[in-house]
Amino acid sequence: MKYGNEIVLLALAAFAALLGAAFAQDSQFGAHMWVLFFALAGGATVLLRTGNYAPAAAAPADSSPYMDGPIRYGVIATVFWGVTGFLVGVVVAAQLAFPDLNIEPWLNFGRLRPLHTSAVVFAFGGNALIATSFYVVQRTSRARLFGGNLAWYVFWGYQLFIVMAATGYLLGITQSREYAEPEWYVDIFLTIVWVAYLAVFLGTILNRKEPHIYVANWFYLAFIITIAMLHVVNNLAVPASFLGSKSYSLFSGVQDALTQWWYGHNAVGFFLTAGFLGMMYYFVPKQVERPVYSYRLSIIHFWSLIFLYIWAGPHHLHYTALPDWAQTLGMVFSIMLWMPSWGGMINGLMTLSGAWDKIRTDPIVRMMVLAIAFYGMSTFEGPMMSIKAVNSLSHYTEWTIGHVHSGALGWNGMITFGAIYFLVPRLWGRERLYSLRLVTWHFWLATLGIVVYAAVMWVAGISQGLMWREYDEQGFLVYSFAESVAAMAPYYVVRTIGGLMYLAGALVMAWNVYMTIRGHQRQEEPMPTSAPALQPAQ
Amino acid sequence: MALLDKHKTIEKNATLLLVGTLLVVSIGGLVQITPLFYLENTIEKVEGMRPYSPLELAGRNIYIREGCYTCHSQMIRPFRDEVERYGHYSLAAESMYDHPFQWGSKRTGPDLARVGNRYSNEWHVQHLVEPRSVVPESVMPSYAFLKETPLAVKTISYDLIANRRVGVPYSDEMIASADADIKAQADPNADTSGVLARYPKAKLGDFDGDPAALTEMDALVAYLQMLGTLVDFSTYDPATGYR
Amino acid sequence: MDYTTLRHFADSWGLLAMTVFFIGAVLFALRPGGKQAAERAAQIPLKED
Repeated sequence: MKYGNEIVLLALAAFAALLGAAFAQDSQFGAHMWVLFFALAGGATVLLRTGNYAPAAAAPADSSPYMDGPIRYGVIATVFWGVTGFLVGVVVAAQLAFPDLNIEPWLNFGRLRPLHTSAVVFAFGGNALIATSFYVVQRTSRARLFGGNLAWYVFWGYQLFIVMAATGYLLGITQSREYAEPEWYVDIFLTIVWVAYLAVFLGTILNRKEPHIYVANWFYLAFIITIAMLHVVNNLAVPASFLGSKSYSLFSGVQDALTQWWYGHNAVGFFLTAGFLGMMYYFVPKQVERPVYSYRLSIIHFWSLIFLYIWAGPHHLHYTALPDWAQTLGMVFSIMLWMPSWGGMINGLMTLSGAWDKIRTDPIVRMMVLAIAFYGMSTFEGPMMSIKAVNSLSHYTEWTIGHVHSGALGWNGMITFGAIYFLVPRLWGRERLYSLRLVTWHFWLATLGIVVYAAVMWVAGISQGLMWREYDEQGFLVYSFAESVAAMAPYYVVRTIGGLMYLAGALVMAWNVYMTIRGHQRQEEPMPTSAPALQPAQ
Repeated sequence: MALLDKHKTIEKNATLLLVGTLLVVSIGGLVQITPLFYLENTIEKVEGMRPYSPLELAGRNIYIREGCYTCHSQMIRPFRDEVERYGHYSLAAESMYDHPFQWGSKRTGPDLARVGNRYSNEWHVQHLVEPRSVVPESVMPSYAFLKETPLAVKTISYDLIANRRVGVPYSDEMIASADADIKAQADPNADTSGVLARYPKAKLGDFDGDPAALTEMDALVAYLQMLGTLVDFSTYDPATGYR
Repeated sequence: MDYTTLRHFADSWGLLAMTVFFIGAVLFALRPGGKQAAERAAQIPLKED
């Protein structure tokens, strides 16, 4: 019987979840185990209903050289979680502007904000990375995904991780480690899924028919193994009970803080940078139909980026109780990081040399170029903010939030949208996207949204920082903290509008992707061609 | 050119690429994090630090559960304005029993490292129930439900044991009396000499305005009221804290 | 193993070792013999899908 083992395993796991719910030591763990039970039991039921009861040998062989099923699901999951994550982002932004929108206890800001960050970074970004890495590694290795159904396990296991993490936050299950909030049992499960992911990816590379390992795969591989290392070390903890949700971090105080920000900064460095650079090094050359500007620069980019990034964590702890030598090291390496980052940006942009007209004629290229531009901008802003003098003003303020969003919305979001628009027609065998004009709409909505968001947060953060430290002639602090909160109100409102525009762009994309998958083609004027009509000389 | 040929080997050998990458990304963390465990002047010598009382620990867990760290830092930097606004800059020693640390990264609300003893219990309860009734500019959510939620006390000794496993010096006596201590600390009629002996400077009595019930509000306010109050700065010599 | 010893090591041999390694790695990547291999590798994504 098809899926026989899977159904039995899911049913057993669902039963174990039921036992966990019955014997839970705290109410959150009990509720969380019920969620797990329904997720697993639902999965088992779906498999039972779609199961093929004919003898297993009758299954027809898949004729395609590549395994694209998990990638199709991954693209849909990316769009779905993207819209969800942006929506939660708009909600938390609105909660800061209008605090009455908090609905205690489950939908309070403190529980929703980790949901927003995880949904965007791990659900949207993670699915984009897994799907594109599976696509890229097969095409550049000319080999089918290793491990057969293991890729499906990675996909569904990762979705289960997302559901458990998200519902856990709403229930109040958190380690309070930023971007590593899920508790110990969810962390263990993610580790297993991640090892399977590494096996599929590395196995495909080992099976390749191409002698060379293309550089995009280097970045993906570095992302996978470094995240594994960071995840395991940062989540070392002792549970209070094996039937309870609470655990206590192995490290304390200053050591714990540096471990967390070593993780936190490199979640940015390896999840949101190295992985997405893998995307850039494949999809930009494909979309502009020319090889990367300098392959050898990409090799230098790779080694110097991964070497330098891992040192930059302490810049999140400037002027704290972390020893000065560690802060200084973090600052120096953060500033050096500017160089490989811009090397990579130049390499990506110059790939268009000789085809610059595509920025005008191809909205997907335009999206990718904007992504690379934002990569360059935020990798300049980041090192600048890591300078201790600048950081003394920017730290704890909205400036940091603005910086993160110019990177996440501008770089990660835009390069992912570009990759999705590239992938969807190819994965579903469509001649073209439903509409290129809608891609242009998405481009402008997203760009305006980011610009509004980043500019407003920049102004907000600097005013906030200046208000906190402003003295009058008599040597008294001019503003109370509450006055600095009141000053943020208009910025919080406008920021919400910026977020709404970005969300609207994502909804346009979701519609475009849906219609493309359904096989529709919108009747519309073609995009301007690359040869504009000659203008008469004056 | 034997050396240069080896470069090709790296580019073509996935295992080597894997090992090389792992080596390169390990160095930074090893150099930065490991010395923090071995260099003696990382954590200053101070007097007064002690493990959290069971009630404070339960309150701290509520602080974490509600994501307070997303808006409040507990790390005062050594700047004139911060020291004036919040008190003495934070020492590494003050979070030595914090598993995990709660330094935070954002101040949508003010720093809380030394909020203890600054406001009355009544102020805290009113502020948590309806923030804008005491601070009109506040954008904090309401936490009125804490007042209605009985504190889960059954398994608090497990929490102390887990903390001991990660290095917090909870004694056998502290663990054995955890169940009694968590109730006694918030009970105005209880004999609290044991609590005070085990946890010097612990705040005692009813916190949430309802002496009959032990609620999550009791625990959270007990935690907030002790924040930053332990270290005796009259005996602290900044020269020993040179880092 | 105290702070001063470590700091001295980091400021001298540690710094030197990392600089030498970095320059070595850059020269490695840019060596003339690697040009053709790099160009071949750069074409990988552009071959048939």
